[in-house]
Amino acid sequence: MDAFTLLAPPSTWQNWLAFWRFEDINVLWVLMGSILLGMSASVIGGFAFLRKRSLIGDALAHAALPGVMMAFLLFQTRDPLIIFLGALISSFIGFFLIDWLPKNTKIKADAALAITLSFFFALGLMLLSYIQGLEVSNKSGLDKILFGQAAAMTEGDIKLLAYVTVFILVTVVLFFQKFRLIAFNQSYARTIGLAVNRYELLLALLIVMAVVVGLQLVGVVLMAAILLTPMAAARFWSNQLPHTLIIASLLGAISAIISTQISYLAPAMPTGPWMVVSLSTLFILSLLFAPQRGLLKRYSEYNQLRKKVAEENILRTLYKLLERQNFTHNHFMQADIQAMRSMPSSQLQSTLKLLCKKALITSSLQGFKLTDKGLEKAAQLTRRHRLWENYLNEQAELSPEQVHQQAERIEHILTESQEAQLKLELTNSQSDPHGNLIPDNTRSKKEAKLK
Amino acid sequence: MANSSKHQTPPPVSVQNLSMRYHHKPVLTDVSFEVPEGKTIAIVGPNGAGKSTLLKGIMGLEPIMGGQVRFFGEPLANKRLATAYVPQREEIDWDFPINVFDVVLMGRHGQLKLWQRPSQIDREIAEQALKDLEMWDFKDRQISELSGGQQQRVFLARALAQKASLYLMDEPFAGVDVATEKAIIELFKALKSQGKTIICVHHDLNTVGEYFDWIILINARLVAAGPAEEVLTTENLNKTYGGRLSLLNDLTEKMYRTQLNKAHDTD
Repeated sequence: MDAFTLLAPPSTWQNWLAFWRFEDINVLWVLMGSILLGMSASVIGGFAFLRKRSLIGDALAHAALPGVMMAFLLFQTRDPLIIFLGALISSFIGFFLIDWLPKNTKIKADAALAITLSFFFALGLMLLSYIQGLEVSNKSGLDKILFGQAAAMTEGDIKLLAYVTVFILVTVVLFFQKFRLIAFNQSYARTIGLAVNRYELLLALLIVMAVVVGLQLVGVVLMAAILLTPMAAARFWSNQLPHTLIIASLLGAISAIISTQISYLAPAMPTGPWMVVSLSTLFILSLLFAPQRGLLKRYSEYNQLRKKVAEENILRTLYKLLERQNFTHNHFMQADIQAMRSMPSSQLQSTLKLLCKKALITSSLQGFKLTDKGLEKAAQLTRRHRLWENYLNEQAELSPEQVHQQAERIEHILTESQEAQLKLELTNSQSDPHGNLIPDNTRSKKEAKLK
Repeated sequence: MANSSKHQTPPPVSVQNLSMRYHHKPVLTDVSFEVPEGKTIAIVGPNGAGKSTLLKGIMGLEPIMGGQVRFFGEPLANKRLATAYVPQREEIDWDFPINVFDVVLMGRHGQLKLWQRPSQIDREIAEQALKDLEMWDFKDRQISELSGGQQQRVFLARALAQKASLYLMDEPFAGVDVATEKAIIELFKALKSQGKTIICVHHDLNTVGEYFDWIILINARLVAAGPAEEVLTTENLNKTYGGRLSLLNDLTEKMYRTQLNKAHDTD
């Protein structure tokens, strides 16, 4: 029985430990290789993303497939360099076709891309089926190129991958300024005498290289995601291109680590899909939680604005009620407020509570009353509202009936300096177009003292 | 052409028999003119007259069908550093992750070698250009946060950083605020006092006489070119805005479609 348990497969946990202890030195190499690929593909793909050429990577990866198969057929070898060159050539043929078709025929760029992509992919699949039927050695594993398998990579594969990816990263660092200039404003780059065509060719070459060395790891079908998703996610985190590229390459590296690990622990698992799934997860996390551009941040900002507007509206309503009583009676019930400003009762109650907390109003049996601080704030809002009404009436020649709606919104965003500017530009800053007095700073203080 | 009798130095820009097309539709046919040095020059015409196309053709950004453009008597390739181009604002993606200073620094890249980075001197030139356009306070701003007028000033600062002697601008006054309009006028004055030449595509007939010394009227062909007071006549404006010569257009289009100009030996 003891001997039998020894034969049982090791647990996932043990496998995982073995993976990270790098008991198999090959693991370390594959891991390094996939990290390098993740980084370089993210960086070079980032430029394609910025130039709105996102789909080009997808087409080029598919276009590489027949090249791989032809190289294998012609040379009957799996030598990484020969396969690489085969893929490079066929990918480049695809690239020129995509470039040539729209320039010389009536076919538009998107159609050219789709036609090239599907044609080359179909060609590659045909050759692959043909090879599967042949009686040749070491053909097994060729089909892994469709979805990628880190575990199937040989030492030669990884060496080549390392050289190529380091070359890509170094080139991007060297030519960063020029690449950015071309991505930002290509026609301007031409006018200052930059050899734009040469740089574009270099960019294309780098993308093709990243795609081709990535095939073993990620596979033909999903290569595009490795090029684009990191940059798409990184755009949520920064507004500076260098930072964005660094973040993108980190995301690429993280997903490479996750997917390589899984591919090793569960050898039937293809690396490519796992890499894309982990990248997409990172993308969704960025989309939701990024500090400035994330959806959550935007949602909470909107919520805060809504709260602020509700609070300020109630302050204004209290001021108007006060005004109606000629500043004699200053306690008002919830019903008084609601009669003047329609607002759901639940929102009104919660907002009143908030205002009490901020000591802008006090609540007692007689009702709600503006505090000194609250009165000042309410007078300020009313002043801004009425100044803006006046401005629209005087300068934009809107009738008094038309100005209220806009002033209701503008009152919440006017700043002190804009208020001062308004006063300067207005001939009448005493009363609004409806004949109401415009409260000024000193008077509101005086009234506050009277209370 | 008629006015430019004897130049000591070759004109900043001379255009001879320039023709351009879009697919088979003729956009410009046989346009010829020379511009004087140290003046502000406007290219004026109705919508679709080919004003921007002319500027792009001159700058080699769009293919020309025939004709020749010379900068100070030479092809553009020899005079790149003397020439600065300001594209239309709409042409670029203002959401691009870059700040104002880096955009202006791009103006220095014509002078830089292959992988050279901008030096301290380049930075100082960019700084001065931003200060000249009163945009220095915005140097660290994201370009997406700028107003239309500020965007235009960034573009002008970038061109200024090129330290060129000829400036070609595509609609610099389009959609800008009053402050920017004033800033551009001031810039024109400063550049003119240094003997520099400015060529603008301009759409506003009300201001063209005030802002520019020299006018080129086009509508698919050259209507008139010369000093503002001579060119801005009712007759010329009627010709420019009164519609195109339909026969000229139709036959030129047919010529392009039939590839007659290839079949027919030139000269």
